[in-house]
Amino acid sequence: MPGRRSDRSGLTMDMMAAGETGDLRASLRRAERARTLRGLGLALPLILFTLVFFVLPIAGMLVKSVQNGPMPDIMPETSALLQAWRSSEPRGVPDEAVFAAFAGELRTASQNRTLPELATRLNFENAGYRSLLMATARRLPDAPVGSWRDTLVGLNPQWGEVAIWAAMGRASPRLTEGYLLAALDHRRDDNDHIQATDASRAVYVTSLLRTLEISAIVTLLCLVLAYPLAYRLATLPESTANLLMILVLLPFWTSLLVRTASWLVILQREGPLNQALQWLGLIDQPLELAFNRPGVIIAMTHVLLPFMVLPIYSVMKGIPSNYMRAATSLGAPFFTAFRRVYFPLSLPGVTAGCLLVFILAIGYYITPLLIGGANDQMVSALIAFLTLQTLNWGLAAALGAVLLVITIALYFIYTRVVGTDGVKLG
Amino acid sequence: MKNTIGRLMLAAGLTAGLSIAAGAAMARDLTVVGWGGTAQAAQDKAMFQPYVKDTGNKLVHDSWNGGIGVLRTKAQGESTWDVVQVEADELVLGCEEGIYAWLDWSKLGGQEQYLPGMTNECGTGTFVWSTALAYDKAKLGDNGPKSWADFFDTKKFPGKRSLRRGPRQSLEFALLADGVPQDDVYKLLATKEGVDRAFKKLDTIKKDIVWWEAGSQPVQLLQSGEVAMTSVYNGRIFAVNNADKTNFALAWPAGFIYQVDSWVILANSPNKDQAESFLKFIQTSARQQDVANVLAYGPTLKDATGNIAPNVLPYLPTAPGVIEHGLSFDTAFWVDNIEALNERFNAWAAQ
Repeated sequence: MPGRRSDRSGLTMDMMAAGETGDLRASLRRAERARTLRGLGLALPLILFTLVFFVLPIAGMLVKSVQNGPMPDIMPETSALLQAWRSSEPRGVPDEAVFAAFAGELRTASQNRTLPELATRLNFENAGYRSLLMATARRLPDAPVGSWRDTLVGLNPQWGEVAIWAAMGRASPRLTEGYLLAALDHRRDDNDHIQATDASRAVYVTSLLRTLEISAIVTLLCLVLAYPLAYRLATLPESTANLLMILVLLPFWTSLLVRTASWLVILQREGPLNQALQWLGLIDQPLELAFNRPGVIIAMTHVLLPFMVLPIYSVMKGIPSNYMRAATSLGAPFFTAFRRVYFPLSLPGVTAGCLLVFILAIGYYITPLLIGGANDQMVSALIAFLTLQTLNWGLAAALGAVLLVITIALYFIYTRVVGTDGVKLG
Repeated sequence: MKNTIGRLMLAAGLTAGLSIAAGAAMARDLTVVGWGGTAQAAQDKAMFQPYVKDTGNKLVHDSWNGGIGVLRTKAQGESTWDVVQVEADELVLGCEEGIYAWLDWSKLGGQEQYLPGMTNECGTGTFVWSTALAYDKAKLGDNGPKSWADFFDTKKFPGKRSLRRGPRQSLEFALLADGVPQDDVYKLLATKEGVDRAFKKLDTIKKDIVWWEAGSQPVQLLQSGEVAMTSVYNGRIFAVNNADKTNFALAWPAGFIYQVDSWVILANSPNKDQAESFLKFIQTSARQQDVANVLAYGPTLKDATGNIAPNVLPYLPTAPGVIEHGLSFDTAFWVDNIEALNERFNAWAAQ
């Protein structure tokens, strides 16, 4: 980009120096425009692809994280009444009008087969509400026995409590911050006050922190392993370097699942690593390396290592070797020369590698799933669970949104601290 | 201009062709959807091929990987599927939602011929699979675990244990190990005290549990000696003992949890009558036995265990004298509670 800009201003200057007419200027602009359009045309497939498969899904996810669900569509009247009821203080069980509206809309929803969707949504508020709704709909009489309130309470005493109405009230507006709150281990109680989730069920913040922690450790380990390797590769003669590069790239080309499974075999109690260590007499008892945190970190570091080696290597290849020689000839010891000349020049590669590895790591799913224990699962495992098992896409999207915000925030902090010479994300 | 006319004619021709194709699809052949893999291959051989041969009707196969969302989509408009094999939770949910046609049991030969709990108004059970306690007989000999209490007793049986990661089945097995009678397990789990009690029991072996995720893992963990005993899908033990000549055993009397896979007919299927006659044809003891002999999944018909090959019988959850020890997986309970209990499980694991 910078090269292109100076190119253009150079042209303009030539033109002005020559004192050309406006005609020529116009035709030049046309040519410029044609070139820009051609460039745009070449980039168009990529732009479209990014738009359709990246920008739109992310936007969709962000929208999903605040969309409340089907309650206002399936039970419009009840929703409106409940929203009015929510603003009343103190809050008791709603009056007969709400019960009657609800009973009518419950029957309609049951006939239209939209009730399961609503029942699933309400079950997110409290386990068991799905069955409560479905069972009530099945046994609902055509006309009330006495009042609708007595009828419903007769079917299940839960209808006489505030909790279920408060839950439906929370589900009534079109937009909600409930999923984002839940992703941060908070929820609204029956009086709509925000409260911390009970410790026995507060898992999402822990899981987010654990994800960041594992990713940070893996990034650091990758850096420590990759930097000397990349340096060696960059300073070796071409042919040897190429050979060694294949060793770096070979695992890169192997399926993630295969590599994860292989690590499982190597790390397990009776695996070759433990057997070798025992045979050497270094340990008496087999080390616990699989189904725990060390296993996850070892396997993830190995899988992600090429993503650190390649950017650092490519930057190091561009550092002329005579810089170091110049520094040494001016009297700097090797270490000083390296620290003050080579290392700063290699920083863009380090920055790119760290960003790449960290961002790939926070999305990891299959490796912790297979090699980790119950306490080593990353947030993506929870997102997959919510998406596939309970269909709680709102909470899944909220977790994704929180993760996205944290990642972007970290990216900005990181670029402020380290600088982004030559590094752009996207 | 000539070009435009040519294009128009081509478009017209294509449209006509498409509508003919669509017309043909209206009166389409019976479409049966299973879960693919070895299971569907066995069903094809024992059930589908004989049906085509005997009745002369055509049959289209498809396969899927479950998910009530898929069936909800299929319930819109006229379905392209007729008969589908569903798991227990899809059976409960889809039946509640009216996605499936109600079966006319008088045409299917009555529910009495099935083992209890294998049928309902929407589905007819095709086979039973189970999660049971397995151990290596080559190592423990005849002194293997006899109960889930043994599974939780690391003094009597040293070594690691393996359970499927998550609250499902782990909580049931923990309560069984704590001496809860099978009939009370789900009643207790519906209360906070019951859940607390199950987690307390899991606490006793927390550091000794290796959690498995994929169905192939528990078998691999037994083979490598990583764990002394594990929960496992019964069919996997049958398969590995055959393939690798291992001597793994299933401790049926300890108690196990079984689930039924069922055939359903979609409510919007245009081939309902044919689908019913298809189900009547394939749901016979002889055909169920043929499938069971390949997969070691239990037949659902009462008299279908008579001709099971002797080498398959020890692995069969519905074998006589075995099914009595089984606890039927309470799908409705888990559909309601899985999200809350999964949070609880993760919080417990992080402690």
